[in-house]
Amino acid sequence: MNKNIILYSAILIFGVLAPFMLPAFKVQLSILCILIVLALTWNIQGGEMGYNSFGNILFYGLGMYICASAQVGMFFPLAEWTESGGEKTFVHSPTQFFQGMAFGLLLAAIIPTIVAGMIGYAILGLRGHYFAICTLGLGVAAGEISGGIEIIGAGQGFTTPPFPNVGSLESRGQFFYFLSFIVLVLTFITVKSVYSTRFRLVLNAIRDNEDKAEAMGIQTMKYKIIGWMISAFFCGLAGGIMGGLVGYIDSTDVAFDGREMGVFMVLMAILGGKGTLWGPVIGATLFHLFKEGFWTYFLGWQYVALGVLIVVIVIYFPEGLMGWLREKYPERFGEVVDEADRKAQVELK
Amino acid sequence: MDLLIFQVPILMVQASLDGILLGILFALIAYGMALQWGVMNIINIAQGDLVILGGYITYFMYLSGIHPALGVIVAPAIMYFVGVGLYKLVINKVVDRDLFISILATFGISILFMQLMNFVFGADVVLANSEFGTTMLFNNSVTLPNSKLFSALISIIFAIGLVVYMKKSKLGRAIRATAQNARAAKILGVDTEKVYAATFGINAALCGVAGSLVAITFTIHPYMGLPYTIRSFMIVIIAGLGNLPGVAISGMGLGMFEEFADYILGTEFRIGSVFLLLVLILVYRRFKLSKKREYLK
Repeated sequence: MNKNIILYSAILIFGVLAPFMLPAFKVQLSILCILIVLALTWNIQGGEMGYNSFGNILFYGLGMYICASAQVGMFFPLAEWTESGGEKTFVHSPTQFFQGMAFGLLLAAIIPTIVAGMIGYAILGLRGHYFAICTLGLGVAAGEISGGIEIIGAGQGFTTPPFPNVGSLESRGQFFYFLSFIVLVLTFITVKSVYSTRFRLVLNAIRDNEDKAEAMGIQTMKYKIIGWMISAFFCGLAGGIMGGLVGYIDSTDVAFDGREMGVFMVLMAILGGKGTLWGPVIGATLFHLFKEGFWTYFLGWQYVALGVLIVVIVIYFPEGLMGWLREKYPERFGEVVDEADRKAQVELK
Repeated sequence: MDLLIFQVPILMVQASLDGILLGILFALIAYGMALQWGVMNIINIAQGDLVILGGYITYFMYLSGIHPALGVIVAPAIMYFVGVGLYKLVINKVVDRDLFISILATFGISILFMQLMNFVFGADVVLANSEFGTTMLFNNSVTLPNSKLFSALISIIFAIGLVVYMKKSKLGRAIRATAQNARAAKILGVDTEKVYAATFGINAALCGVAGSLVAITFTIHPYMGLPYTIRSFMIVIIAGLGNLPGVAISGMGLGMFEEFADYILGTEFRIGSVFLLLVLILVYRRFKLSKKREYLK
């Protein structure tokens, strides 16, 4: 227990000091926080519950559009804003910007949660690959449809309000970094506390055998929907922040980016080891390093490298890093190991 | 919303005709998907990208002065080997694993293909002009490009040819035996590994045919693959595995749905409506089955 407190406080202190120690990497660190949030929330479905969703991107994109629309729509006519595109006919004052952002993020968290609750009953009744394909379709459909709606910019995109002139040059990066870091901490605390209750056992029961779980008297549908709503809440928040950070929303390339974010979250969780608390965190960090390396040194070939990476990870490391560690050092994960049994296994090999 | 189609009923004839001809092409792709799904228990997300690759083969034949209609012979021949190579490299490692692994692995292949095609062939929307001309029907109010008729005809020929091949040939029998029970087939001396490779190759060849027809009748673009995958998946789940007339009929239905959606909702919602239809169909079937306390398997 003592070790955990040291670990957590070290991470927290690093998180708070990071933008001052590594000022050049503020944006990268904010994106890392968002990626970890997405991986952690995907893991609730994919890892713990056994429902491999490609559709969590739906909530991310929804949050992004909702946050930006609320931020603009509170003070200015939304249609004229998107009409004017990149040219700024309206300027947010600092108070307006922060009020709008706060209200926007609130909506960006709540509305996707409600949406998840409403479609959850229908979608979560599907199982296995039907669920995967259905959610894939859902994400792509959302992207295509939002790309046809005029008021949020349709095909030409939506410019989010620029950061107002307050503080120094650094303050934009710091603001978004701390915002995403706070969301990350909130997500981690929520996920950790949820996992320490009976809830996780129920999710694992659903993963292992849903029919039996139902036969034991567990209302599986209720838990599945609650799990999805938790995911949607934080995905929406992450999307809202990401929209402000990127500064520009495009329906299929930024918001409902199933080809990038939608796959990334799956990949990060698998890389780290799905069904564990720390797996997604480690996976997302590693993946972000990989990705930035690719993007810097193989510019132009990054997606080719990404495709290869997906195939290699999925085929050769389906259990991920944590799964590998678990196989190697089972005692560390609280599994009781029979020494004689282990020796016999080694001899067999 | 555009209600022009209801004011000018002749447009309905146009949309239905286009839809049916388009649907036959979809059914051909779906047939390939049903084949590999049934035999290897794999859902191939890269199906659409194989189609587009086939289209590019035809497009390059067209660029070098060969008539693109010949692409329907050349593209499948090349794509067969692409399919077998893909099987040897990746697919054989996911055949008896969880279906989700195959979905994710083929998703990776799909991204890989998409980007490679984007690099090699460029990001332009291209088409191979067959110069077949157009037929005008109903007092010049319905236009019917002959290339669409050609594509429907070729699709039907290939589909029937494959059905006959599956029934009569030795490899076809081996494939059907493996689909029924891979283990038993193995015991009786069928080299299932070879059967799987051939199945994936045949699927890729079918995609090649369909791709060259797409390049002749419509346009191709490196990123256009995924909608074809989703369409074929949808056709297969409506019709069910191994139900060939069903595949043909639901293919035509989907084609008609798309054309009508195009007229009524506008072209920008065309792809979106296809994906939404998939979600709706799955949800409908889920509710229908849940009345009997069952679920989609």
